[in-house]
Amino acid sequence: MKNYYTDNPALKFQLSHPVMEKIVALKERQYRDYKQYDDAPENFEDAIDNYNRVLEIVGEISAEVLALNAAEVDNEGPKIVNNEIIYAEGTQKDHEALKNAGLYGMSLPRAYSGLNFAYVPFVMAAEIVSRGDTAFANIWGLQDCAETLHEFASEEIKQEFLPRINQGDTCSMDLTEPDAGSDLQAVQLKATWDENANCWRLNGVKRFITNADADIKLVLARSEEGTADGRGLSYFVYDRKHKAVTIRRIENKLGIKGSPTGELVFNNAPAQLVGERRLGLIKYVMSLMNGARLGVAAQAVGLSEAAYREAHSYALQREQFGKKIVQFPQVYEMIANIRAKTDASRALLYETTRFVDIYKALIFIAQERPLTLDEKNEMKQYQKFADVFTPLLKLFATEYCNQNCYEAIQIFGGSGYMKDYPMERMYRDARITNIYEGTSQLQVIAAIRGVGNGLFLSKIKEYEGVEIDSKLIHLKEKLMIMTAQYLTSVAKFETTSEEYDFHARRMVEMAGYIILGYLLLIDACRCDSFRNSAEIFIAYGQAENSRSAAFIHNFDTGLIEKYR
Amino acid sequence: MIKIVVLIKQVPDTRNIGKDAMKSDGTVNRAELPAIFNPEDLNALEVALSIKDIVPNVEVTAITMGPVRAAEVLREALYRGADQAVLVTDRKFAGADTLATSHTLSLAIKKIGNVDLVIGGRQAIDGDTAQVGPQIAEKLNIPQITYAEEIVEVSENKIRIKRRLERGIEVVEVLFPCLITVHSSAAPCRFKNAKRVMKYKKACTISELQDDKKESDTDNNLIIEEWNAADLEAYPDSLGLAGSPTKVKKIDNVVLLQKESRIITSSEKEIQSLIQELSKEHIL
Repeated sequence: MKNYYTDNPALKFQLSHPVMEKIVALKERQYRDYKQYDDAPENFEDAIDNYNRVLEIVGEISAEVLALNAAEVDNEGPKIVNNEIIYAEGTQKDHEALKNAGLYGMSLPRAYSGLNFAYVPFVMAAEIVSRGDTAFANIWGLQDCAETLHEFASEEIKQEFLPRINQGDTCSMDLTEPDAGSDLQAVQLKATWDENANCWRLNGVKRFITNADADIKLVLARSEEGTADGRGLSYFVYDRKHKAVTIRRIENKLGIKGSPTGELVFNNAPAQLVGERRLGLIKYVMSLMNGARLGVAAQAVGLSEAAYREAHSYALQREQFGKKIVQFPQVYEMIANIRAKTDASRALLYETTRFVDIYKALIFIAQERPLTLDEKNEMKQYQKFADVFTPLLKLFATEYCNQNCYEAIQIFGGSGYMKDYPMERMYRDARITNIYEGTSQLQVIAAIRGVGNGLFLSKIKEYEGVEIDSKLIHLKEKLMIMTAQYLTSVAKFETTSEEYDFHARRMVEMAGYIILGYLLLIDACRCDSFRNSAEIFIAYGQAENSRSAAFIHNFDTGLIEKYR
Repeated sequence: MIKIVVLIKQVPDTRNIGKDAMKSDGTVNRAELPAIFNPEDLNALEVALSIKDIVPNVEVTAITMGPVRAAEVLREALYRGADQAVLVTDRKFAGADTLATSHTLSLAIKKIGNVDLVIGGRQAIDGDTAQVGPQIAEKLNIPQITYAEEIVEVSENKIRIKRRLERGIEVVEVLFPCLITVHSSAAPCRFKNAKRVMKYKKACTISELQDDKKESDTDNNLIIEEWNAADLEAYPDSLGLAGSPTKVKKIDNVVLLQKESRIITSSEKEIQSLIQELSKEHIL
């Protein structure tokens, strides 16, 4: 039996991170569920053992079901029958397998039939599922919507919807409209209060909705008549049983074809308000998007891992000029780079997830009792880091995923271009990851704050203080040189200048290379198997940063005019 | 209520054997081979669980005869959906052939009482005899359906089964109680369930509790029943080695040498002749 969890020791390694003990204790509230639920852990070791065992199930299903169905699902795709979306046959089997194994509702509390898993193992499951089938990772991953209901909805709504997640009800987040994509403040779908029916009514169009025919929909809509910006938007939950939404079409996409993306018309659809009016975009969707970005990053890392495995095994057996192609420097460089970029993305994925785990756990604790001053500070601190690390992560993981799939096809040569091999599908699937849930350009806009307010630098300084194995000290020296270079580049332009925005991506990436380099270096100190990737990635990052630094340094005043 | 007993066996994984799989005396080197859930017993468990999906009020009990460590496959049956499990274990059972094994298991099934359906895999991958299931049916004096592949229909008192035979399929119907042995072409077993794994990983037998010096977790009702020869009220002469008329006379260690290999070119003629030869030898 193949297993995408047990065949990849890098995952278990992340579960053994020293901060996990704190994360699990916060999530399990000092293991108070133990006496009440027979599937609750008794202590830290027990919880980690649970994570391991459950991730083994995810790994087995991903390798033995999802991966085997993926090509056929990509070919067949979903269809509309009588205003209902019917998944491809393979997608239905994928969903059944994961549902019957109880793998929906992973992060929800046990009181709502969830598994009460911390984000780290939940995100890890998302990565593994994506390695099996990137398109299916959307349908499975949207269970994350439940987290927003859990955090912001009334107890009544939680009781109504949350236990259904573990039973396999799927979710969607309905945000985008024809004229509101990256700019969600422009959302027009109308929500009006219906006095007679004692509910809200939704009317309007949503476009590009992933898993369009989901059982439970979270909808962003304009509840405040006469408003035009984000402050007039509220957040609603709609139940599919009302049958008040028309599915106009399923989009014909480049990739992730198994995941139905639809255009919807809400026809006086009854819905319930989540949380408070006017906070839809500015509070709830922002929280939802951060979770979703983590999910897309996990999706990208899983796909990178799949691409690496395909390319590596092909290069090991393909012979040309009387040699295995893996022996040619131009080929082994590509393979080693894919490995290093995948390891680096994963290191950042779980570092960011740990930040999210801690601050989210504290938010939920605060719903039960007032936090101590230390806890409050800790929550704020981790939330700040999560807010700048999440866009940095999404930027790097999804851009690398594209690069990795591109290079993997190159390693396959002509065969990679053919439908006989899975590489072309992976390459197509990769392309959406740096577009949806905020394009790379939007991630730069969110992450540049970490450059401006010094948050990235403070983390870099923290990593600098970690004790490094003497055999790897040369890597730390390189990272320190890169840090000095980064500071020089960042200081060149006023933060209010157009040049600063123009070079934002270069500056964010420079910070990113240093952060990713440190994370890999620290991992390499804990485990030898990351040494190669640390060496390769830091050498690569140093060259990339030098290029950005040179471009910024040589950028003459007035040059920006030529770009306009 | 329909009471189903699923017979399972922990076996050495003979599917991926290396050079140390056999000892020099010709017996299986169990230490070298991982112990697994016998594959066709997984198919049998799935048949039982799928009946539970279709008909209300079904109770599935997994049962195995073996050493204390065989409780591992019982836990796995619980992870996948069995309601309870029984370990039949005693030093007196050691060395049992199919006759002694079927005798012991039939006593255990009688002890459970009022069983409607006994379901097992067609055969185990260590002995490959396919005899234990049919012998149990004889001892319990109930009808048997072998080579089962699919449930066509099931109700509270009867079942209709599709059998996979050498030259086709056969559909038969039988009233409860009866015994079914399941073929590998039947549906694969469902995956483990996350919550069940987290719950039943703590399930153990009394012997395991004593070995680990753990305290009994009776609150959670996570004790796996354990029965010995005395519990089954069995005659010592009919158990284990004493109750096994099968005696191994001689074991040949077949060693394949490279000189016995032949190179076949990819020409149409040579491939055809190879196919004919393999077919004549009943290998294909």
